[in-house]
Amino acid sequence: MMNNTFAQPMWLNGPSPGQFYNFMGGNNAPTQLPRELTTAGPYGTKHSTAAITTGSSVLGIRFDGGVLVAADTLVSYGSLARYQNINRVFQINGKILLGGGGDFADIQSIKRSIDQKMIEDQCCNDGVVMKPAELSSWLTRVLYNRRSRMNPLYIDVVVAGVDEVGKPFLGNVDLRGRAYDDFVVATGFARHLSLPLVRERKPKDREFTFEEAASLIREAMKVLYYRDTRSLPQYTVGICTANDCSIKGPFKVEENWTFAEGVTGY
Amino acid sequence: MFRNQYDSDVTVWSPQGRLHQVEYAIAAVKLGTATVGLKNRDYAVLVALCKPPSELSASQRKLIPIDDHLGISIAGITADARVLSKYLRSECLSYKHSYGSAYPVSRLITNLGNKMQTTTQRYDRRPYGVGLLLAGYDEMGPHIYKVEPSANFFNCKAMTIGSRSQSARTYLERHLKTFNACSNDDIICHGIHAIRSSLPNDEQLSKDDGASQLNITIAIVGKNQPFKILTDQENLVYLNMAKERGTTSMPSKPQEDDDNSSFGDQPGTSTLHDPQVAVATKEN
Repeated sequence: MMNNTFAQPMWLNGPSPGQFYNFMGGNNAPTQLPRELTTAGPYGTKHSTAAITTGSSVLGIRFDGGVLVAADTLVSYGSLARYQNINRVFQINGKILLGGGGDFADIQSIKRSIDQKMIEDQCCNDGVVMKPAELSSWLTRVLYNRRSRMNPLYIDVVVAGVDEVGKPFLGNVDLRGRAYDDFVVATGFARHLSLPLVRERKPKDREFTFEEAASLIREAMKVLYYRDTRSLPQYTVGICTANDCSIKGPFKVEENWTFAEGVTGY
Repeated sequence: MFRNQYDSDVTVWSPQGRLHQVEYAIAAVKLGTATVGLKNRDYAVLVALCKPPSELSASQRKLIPIDDHLGISIAGITADARVLSKYLRSECLSYKHSYGSAYPVSRLITNLGNKMQTTTQRYDRRPYGVGLLLAGYDEMGPHIYKVEPSANFFNCKAMTIGSRSQSARTYLERHLKTFNACSNDDIICHGIHAIRSSLPNDEQLSKDDGASQLNITIAIVGKNQPFKILTDQENLVYLNMAKERGTTSMPSKPQEDDDNSSFGDQPGTSTLHDPQVAVATKEN
């Protein structure tokens, strides 16, 4: 026993009997379960089964030269309007916007991972930046992987931006890794209230113009504020075109409650 | 047995600051038949000479498709190239699975360089005995990269590796300025001319018998053009086209050969220098 304290095993990194030598890397790290599966508790670890602090609606609209993504600045704790001035639309790089709905802690977590990827992108210093379609695909893989490990990130995100030739992309990825892209995508209550509103205004033969998209965002955020209890009359808007990728706002919803005088029957 | 006392292991330095085993591996590249890579504004082309190793054998495959946007041409130990191409393929596939897009060429080549470098720094490895010319196209345009067993890689405007490649290199250097504005047909013809100039005079591949003309393989990749190895019929078209464009553009006289440098024979006065980038390389 003592003699073996400092002795290394005789044969490290060699092939198992009947296997070929693995020429890569050399030190194959012992496979370790992800931390979320190994953190010890007296009775094991419970995975999250519901979102705690939540953002609700995110609405994205694609127009002929880019995309707009809007989200109100509320992060709720259950029905409590807990954090009222939080920006839920993020600029990822010069080509990508991310709008986050669902559990805000999980949004912050995935945002940190994405930011790290952007730093790795920059470290290559080769002029190649990630495109929105690539980020959307990557999120699909990550989120599906998490759901397969029975530990999903409770998020519903809008990925938007333009590619290297300035072609706009607008897509949605949810907590199971389901994804689609369209000229309008939404999460939370906006999926019920804003999607039909935007879709019925869509000209068949062309994309929206910027002005149309902007006024639709204004109108949709107003409708959301009137009809969704988990919302605020304040929102930020991200815009991404070939020359600009930034977050604007916060903007105020034009409220007018005079009609409430005549509402009866509640 | 040993050419000198400092080449027993890849990890052994010579007092001159050289790694002899790595240099021997680079010499293995020069045993392979020549291959040429060049590019114009939107396309990259590989031309390879596939000489059968013996009378009885069929000619060996020199061009290996990696992905839709990328392919390699090899010179040296074919078995090592197969391992490398398998690695490149799996890296491209894994990237495509994650991101749904093609692996940027500059990053793939950095990845490959990192893998190959480990073999030059560990006593239980040997360097890969194969040189690669890699032609690819991505959002930054067409690329030609040269990869050596020393794990050096060079971003090139045009490049050639393999036996007698010096004369082909001279041809490329002479016409380098014209490549960027060339049509696809033109750069393919330039590639054929370059590779032809690397042949000894008595076996020019224009012996005018159909069989020997099929000794070269051509591949092209570029804008809206997935990596494609041309068929024998297409090769023939380009060979004839190259012949028509004439011998005027060919170098009049084969240049002095770089393959005769037997560096190990006189340990003191070796003629091998640091890996040279013969044709102007582009800063990354």
